[in-house]
Amino acid sequence: MDFPLFHLDFMGNRMLVAIIAILHVLINHALAVGFAPLVTVLEFRGYLKSKTKPNEGKAWDEMARKLMFFAFIITTSVGALTGVGIWFATSLANPASLGSLIRVFYFAWFTEWIIFVLEVIFIMIYFLTWKRSNESPRRKRQHILFGVWLSIFSWLTMAIIVGILAFMMDPGSWVEKKSLVSGFLNPIYLPQLIFRTPVAMMMAGCVALMVTAYVMKKQNTWKTGIMKYISFWILLWMPLAASGAFIYYWHIPRVMIGNLPVAIGTQQFQNWYGSLVTVMIVVISIGFLVGILGTFSPRRLPKHLLIIPVISSFLFLGVFERLREFIRKPYVIGEYMYANGILVEEYPLYQQTGLLKHTPYSALSEITEENKLPAGEAVFTLTCTRCHTTHGINSVVKRFELMYGTETPLNEEAMKTYMKNMHNVRYYMPPFPGNDEELGALAAWIAEQQRNPKTLEGPQIKGVEVKEIEYKLQNLEK
Amino acid sequence: MMVAILTQIPIPKDIPLPLPLPEWLLVFILVFSFLLHILFINLMVGSSILTFWYELRGKKNNDYDRLAREIATTITVNKSLAVVLGVAPLLSINVLYTLHFYSSNTLTGNIWISIVPWVAVAFLLFYLHKYSWDRLADNKPLHLSILGAGVMSFLLIPFIFLTNINLMLFPEKWGEIQGFFDALTLPNVFPRYFHFVTACMAVTGLFLAWWFGRKKFRMEGRFENLTKAEIKKQMLNLALAATGLQFIFGPLLFLTLPAKGVTWGLFWVILAGATIAVIVLVQLWKILNKKTQIPGKRFYLVLVLFSFLVAFMGTGRHLYRENALKTHKKMMAERTAAHWEAVRKAHENLLLPEIETEKESAFPGQDIFQTNCAVCHAATTRLVGPPMTEASEVYQNDISGLKQWIKKPGRKRLDYPVMTGFPQFTDQQLTDVANYVLEEKWN
Repeated sequence: MDFPLFHLDFMGNRMLVAIIAILHVLINHALAVGFAPLVTVLEFRGYLKSKTKPNEGKAWDEMARKLMFFAFIITTSVGALTGVGIWFATSLANPASLGSLIRVFYFAWFTEWIIFVLEVIFIMIYFLTWKRSNESPRRKRQHILFGVWLSIFSWLTMAIIVGILAFMMDPGSWVEKKSLVSGFLNPIYLPQLIFRTPVAMMMAGCVALMVTAYVMKKQNTWKTGIMKYISFWILLWMPLAASGAFIYYWHIPRVMIGNLPVAIGTQQFQNWYGSLVTVMIVVISIGFLVGILGTFSPRRLPKHLLIIPVISSFLFLGVFERLREFIRKPYVIGEYMYANGILVEEYPLYQQTGLLKHTPYSALSEITEENKLPAGEAVFTLTCTRCHTTHGINSVVKRFELMYGTETPLNEEAMKTYMKNMHNVRYYMPPFPGNDEELGALAAWIAEQQRNPKTLEGPQIKGVEVKEIEYKLQNLEK
Repeated sequence: MMVAILTQIPIPKDIPLPLPLPEWLLVFILVFSFLLHILFINLMVGSSILTFWYELRGKKNNDYDRLAREIATTITVNKSLAVVLGVAPLLSINVLYTLHFYSSNTLTGNIWISIVPWVAVAFLLFYLHKYSWDRLADNKPLHLSILGAGVMSFLLIPFIFLTNINLMLFPEKWGEIQGFFDALTLPNVFPRYFHFVTACMAVTGLFLAWWFGRKKFRMEGRFENLTKAEIKKQMLNLALAATGLQFIFGPLLFLTLPAKGVTWGLFWVILAGATIAVIVLVQLWKILNKKTQIPGKRFYLVLVLFSFLVAFMGTGRHLYRENALKTHKKMMAERTAAHWEAVRKAHENLLLPEIETEKESAFPGQDIFQTNCAVCHAATTRLVGPPMTEASEVYQNDISGLKQWIKKPGRKRLDYPVMTGFPQFTDQQLTDVANYVLEEKWN
């Protein structure tokens, strides 16, 4: 309503956020949160071994350093930028929502920032002083200690951000109290953390196993030992990851279903939720198999097949992230702001007087027979484009065609009735926020889009229309 | 007297949540953390340009190749700090100028979001460059091209930030901008840019003079002819020349500022900064001529003066922003207050007794039908589901079957989507709506 609304008419804004966010979560979990402790443990093992068998210790140390090199390059480039990128993309996709979240979570994000700075400093010290640390055992011990600090701070960054994510799914008592702590103490926080920690460790193991298999030469005598150790690491975290996933899985519906505006939601949710079990079982068994095989017979591990656990554990996390996104609807901030960026509290005003009057970014205020189509486009932009496109991903025309079929052209009256009440039967849809004339204009415009498909460019290409308003100068001079 | 003007300035409503901290504190955090961020950005950009310059010269003189390599090692650290230190000012500007910042982000959206992949790729290029120095020692053109692509990125990306930060100051232009390149041509973007790049060189010159001047930095065995004194001299010359150039770019920037935010207060702050800059120039000149030790007393004096200079300029930058947006922020605050008053009234309207309740419908099921079923079912035509004429015929003498179906539907027709169930309905509601379906004349 109060921002120009960025719009990608083919991929949709949500896809943009999803790509950047999932990439970031994967890098963060696998290569930062999980990798730091794994590499530190490997380095420590190398240090212990070097006391009795210097050659073996050196091989372990060298492999640990190579793993860290890999993580260092990726986390400090793609990892860091996608982290900032989530902000950039979210502020484009839903400025009202991010703007509100930042006001509530300023302190959390500020703390997160301080921990971030420390994490970056530690990762640089840890990696860039690695070679020098081999000069003496005292230095080595110090270096390992830096690894421990890096592990702690990597984990802390996740622990804080999860609070914000948990808040978005379930606002707990925040809606009444509007304070930071109540957002953090919400009931989904701990289950998420319990789930994400071992999954990060497990994913780090899968990636490290694959990298080791490719990087170390077959002739290297110590390769099997290292592979075995990493496999054992995966195996160790596997039961924790499985039970963490189960706890999370068990908690979601108990918290979420209470939040669903109508009980029908539970049915649609069930279908989705059901498929999760399959994904969980498949992924955990693959991880388990690799872990067992690697621990007891690392020589038999086929190198190229090691890509499978990496991909499947990524998939595992991806599915959970998608679920998180899914169960948040129809809100973007539970019970406070709908996914369209409009506050629950503002609804009565907009429904009584119409939306268009209240936005600075449409030249129109009243709907007439002549301006019906441009008005419909403006209403679409304000109320639908956070999730829907015209003809691309999650296309509004396609959605209606799926329901009404394509034999006859879309019926405006039917669409009007549908959109007026859709939130009763499609629980993930917010109620329509405008008045009946606007609803009619929207339906007419969608029907027109079916007849003459046209791309709807966002303001980043075609600019914004500004409403001419009368402003009382006197107020300004006070 | 009331004067009404017609305005084309968009006046959005502010976010109805309080600021998390007092405004002055947020402003302090914003200005301070931004300067810290830009310091490392300066070092990152400046060092990358110098690396390129010295590696190019290194083709003839091996010493310069080594010097370039030494400078390149600092980029890795500086660029990581630059990114992570950018989070605090980003957070603070998001809170303080939510409406202005996000609006300009959106209006340049495609290019704005391209920062993310672009900077990531640029960083990867710098890593590739750094870690392939030995491997590509015989293929300098390739090695230099990798670096060149990275440096070009570092030189172009600032335009995106500057364009945005400039556009947010001019809400009156938002209606005219069509995409990034329009916004780029607003007055002041280019003067800001030259001011920035020159600052990068000045800051990097000072930093590297200290970096190579440190006692810990050993020259022996690394360089053939190049001496510590020579490197220091080159770096300080760079700092001196760049600071001197600011006396052209600085006034240019100040004079091209759109008048709406220029005040005497701003003028004095900038003038104070410029005065310190003169002292910095004199001190740098003395260091160069007297061959004073670096790091030494006079050098630290220069650093302190430089910090003050930067603090004044940073404050000036903020003052201009605040002045330029003052009127607009006031208009927004008034509009927001009026809006929430209207919202309150709308809530009161909801509490008024509804007139419609007078005409009680013949069937209590009618209301349920209208809000839940009519979404997909019409009387005689197919919508999402089949017409009611068909449905009422199927269940003519089977009300319990119909109730069962509404509560938990199955799938009968393959050419229709599956119906949503209504398990939340009470038995009474189910009976009402089923009665309505069966008794209503659908034709």
